[in-house]
Amino acid sequence: MTATTTGLASYLIIIGVALLAHEPWRWLGAYLGHTLSPDDEIFLWVRAVSTALVAGLVMRLVLYPAGVLEASPLAMRLAGFAIGVGGYFALGRNLLLGILVGCIAFGAGLGIWPIITSGV
Amino acid sequence: MNNPTPTPQVPPWAAEANCKTAFVRGMRVAFRVPGAVLFATSIGYGALARDGGFELAQALLIASMIYALPAQVIFVDQVARGAGLVTAAFLVTLTAIRFVPMTVSLMPYLRTGPRRTWQLFAASHFIAVTTWIEASRALPALPSDLRLPHFFGIGIGILFCAIAGTTAGFHASALVPEVISATLLFMTPLYFILSLCGAARVRSDYLAILLGCMLGPLFYQITPGFDLLAAGLIGGTIAHLVRRRGP
Repeated sequence: MTATTTGLASYLIIIGVALLAHEPWRWLGAYLGHTLSPDDEIFLWVRAVSTALVAGLVMRLVLYPAGVLEASPLAMRLAGFAIGVGGYFALGRNLLLGILVGCIAFGAGLGIWPIITSGV
Repeated sequence: MNNPTPTPQVPPWAAEANCKTAFVRGMRVAFRVPGAVLFATSIGYGALARDGGFELAQALLIASMIYALPAQVIFVDQVARGAGLVTAAFLVTLTAIRFVPMTVSLMPYLRTGPRRTWQLFAASHFIAVTTWIEASRALPALPSDLRLPHFFGIGIGILFCAIAGTTAGFHASALVPEVISATLLFMTPLYFILSLCGAARVRSDYLAILLGCMLGPLFYQITPGFDLLAAGLIGGTIAHLVRRRGP
């Protein structure tokens, strides 16, 4: 497929990729998990694995982002991240406030960064 | 000697709820923080898809069928760069391996009520990081017969946010300055990490988060592609062993 493929052919390709390359892992998880109970020892382990895995994904998004974020300075991303997490705990574990504080810090930093680096 | 896990409080609405109310309550996630974050980050995806030469219908079909933002971004990005379909599909499948443990860990909640096997497989389509975090938080507190309908509500509510955000981003991509679009994308990791902290109940949960944060970048350098699985397996296992040993 190229981005220029259009119409029905492109839709079939998209559905094919999703069903063959992406969805089977969810089916495997559903199959493996359907005999498990929340009290099982192995369930607590899988939960810990999933938690660590998502945390790893978070750091990948911060340290090695794709798209528009890739152009932003690493220091700015780390600072925004730290301020967001710090703000979350300082402001009584409020999810919305934590995200707002972190994003505002990041966005403001990104906005003034070119001014600082251009030496004005 | 396991540390006792505090039992979550049953939300007041669940006391007299039936399956339909549980479903509608789940859909309300679209109007809360998870929905807002997914809407905002889908704007970035919609803009990226347009940049890559995709039609809106294609971008929406990818979002609905894959239902996982990282894989959507990788697929669109690869195709736009002229990579072969096999390469793009391979990278997509690598990001999807993480859904095995995530789906396994939700199944015990989804399978407890009255359900048919196909419903569990259908529900697994709606497992993505956002819905997994929300479901891990919400489902344990619900009566068992409400869990599956509630999860379908969460999944479909988040799907609406993805469709709305993608459409908005597709049409607005040229209008929004780069600082704004970068900030919108930055919401995703922040939302993920703060939600993990919010869902953490015992100290070993924080250890799992911390180890994942440290091991993820390490394995990204050593075994890119399998970094998340390696960080999850090793970090999660260590945290689990620490939990078992107490105190």
